[in-house]
Amino acid sequence: MPLVRHSKAEIVVFGERPVINLENVAYSYGGGELLSDITLKLQPGSFHFLTGPSGSGKTTLMKLCYGALTATSGQVTLFEEDVRGMSRDDLALIRRRIGVVHQDCQFLDHLSVAENISLPLMVSGRDDLKQSANLKELINWVGLSPRAGALPPELSGGERQRAALARAVIMSPDVVLADEPTGNIDWEMSQRLLRLLIELNQMGRTILIATHDLALIRAVKTQVQARVLRISKRRLHLAGADL
Amino acid sequence: MSLRASLVHFIAGDPQAARVVPPTGFTVWLTLFSAAAMAFLAVFALALSLATGRLAERWGSELARSSTVRISAPAGQMAAQTETALKLLKTTKGVARARALDADEQSALLEPWFGPGLAIDALPIPQLIEIIEEGEGFDAMGLRLRLAAEVPGAVLDDHTRWRRPLVQAAARLRLLGWLSLLLIGGATAAMITLAAKAALAANAQVISVLRLVGARDSYIARAFMRRFTWRSFIGAVLGVALGCGAIAMLPAADPGGGFLTGLGFQGLHWLIPLIIPPLAAFAGFVATRGAARKTLKEMP
Repeated sequence: MPLVRHSKAEIVVFGERPVINLENVAYSYGGGELLSDITLKLQPGSFHFLTGPSGSGKTTLMKLCYGALTATSGQVTLFEEDVRGMSRDDLALIRRRIGVVHQDCQFLDHLSVAENISLPLMVSGRDDLKQSANLKELINWVGLSPRAGALPPELSGGERQRAALARAVIMSPDVVLADEPTGNIDWEMSQRLLRLLIELNQMGRTILIATHDLALIRAVKTQVQARVLRISKRRLHLAGADL
Repeated sequence: MSLRASLVHFIAGDPQAARVVPPTGFTVWLTLFSAAAMAFLAVFALALSLATGRLAERWGSELARSSTVRISAPAGQMAAQTETALKLLKTTKGVARARALDADEQSALLEPWFGPGLAIDALPIPQLIEIIEEGEGFDAMGLRLRLAAEVPGAVLDDHTRWRRPLVQAAARLRLLGWLSLLLIGGATAAMITLAAKAALAANAQVISVLRLVGARDSYIARAFMRRFTWRSFIGAVLGVALGCGAIAMLPAADPGGGFLTGLGFQGLHWLIPLIIPPLAAFAGFVATRGAARKTLKEMP
């Protein structure tokens, strides 16, 4: 019997100063409510999984977590800043503290893999010599050194996911949000990717992974203390005992 | 950010920023072609303005500095009246010199109508005296009265009624030339705006990726502005080169020829078209800035 509680404040409060804080958030689109009464607080250094059936609103919730979508009601706070009052430029600065990996990783196809990975440095004006040494190290860390000069369309699914992860972490973000990061890759590759995420978490980063792959969650839970959240019927629940 | 601050940031900012905008796509050629075509036309409009300016000045000064006395008298009195008129003119204040046109010169004046080899002696042609003025010129009214008293067959023509409409026409042509330049500038900005908007719409994914990695909208706008400003400049350089080449190949100015043979640049005026590429680049900068800011604001 899974542990499912509907009391939002009760289930996901992990600290006093959450890096991402959603309070009573609802999101509607096209006349229908996709998410309702969502409260989520992510403490620094925590590791969370977000599960739920396809179409349940996982991606929508992830997008609310980095300000790509604006909540219809409720309050979204990123690093103690209310998203609603933020200018686009403020939001851009906040996003430099949140690394995002999508299932369908998008790149600038005319730039090389290395240039794509260093894109966050480029847009923040930090692509200096010191950073280029870090870039090489990072590319090596995700195992893409031989492919650094390739163009994104030449990469396999797994390579794209690793490149997206490298791009997401190059600014040393406080939070990494990964939406179905293993959706397009085989088991071995997904394990490799997860090891990278676990390593990041052990370095103090907050991790939130949206996935419907329960085997993946079980594999991770043997290595780190992770909480599992589930979206069901537009609401967020804590799940854990059955995993 | 004000236009000035935006321009300073644009010049002093990261020159590598433009790399994030894909270097290919139909908007590249659209911008290059528009800028080149408009610069080509601008060269001609500029040449027209300068040529009409010169023409207005020449017509105005040449005609203003000369007058004509026409003597219509019986054959027996023609020489005497001409002699009297010349003596009178020599003593007139404001007349530098006066001379009677000889038969060949009068024949040359009639040549456009009667063709070459005209036997002028067989025609009752009036004698013409050319007057070149000095200083502030002569008193036309006083001269007319004196001529009427001493040379009954003389008529003074100070060219005023010819000069005024010619100068007016040349001034209007010059104005039209400058107006054309303004219209060309506006059309260039409009085309680049459309191209920039098309490029922004076609690169929605690029913008999405840039926003995802924390790029400010001002950074994204600058990246597009750099691309389009540079393309506008390159296109205009090509257009100016072609336009100047075409102008250089026009027939040389013929002193006795028509107005069109004088269309072109003379001396240092050849340097004036060099201002067109920077102006086109500035038009591209302003147009892309407006288009980018508006489009990015509207994008979710």
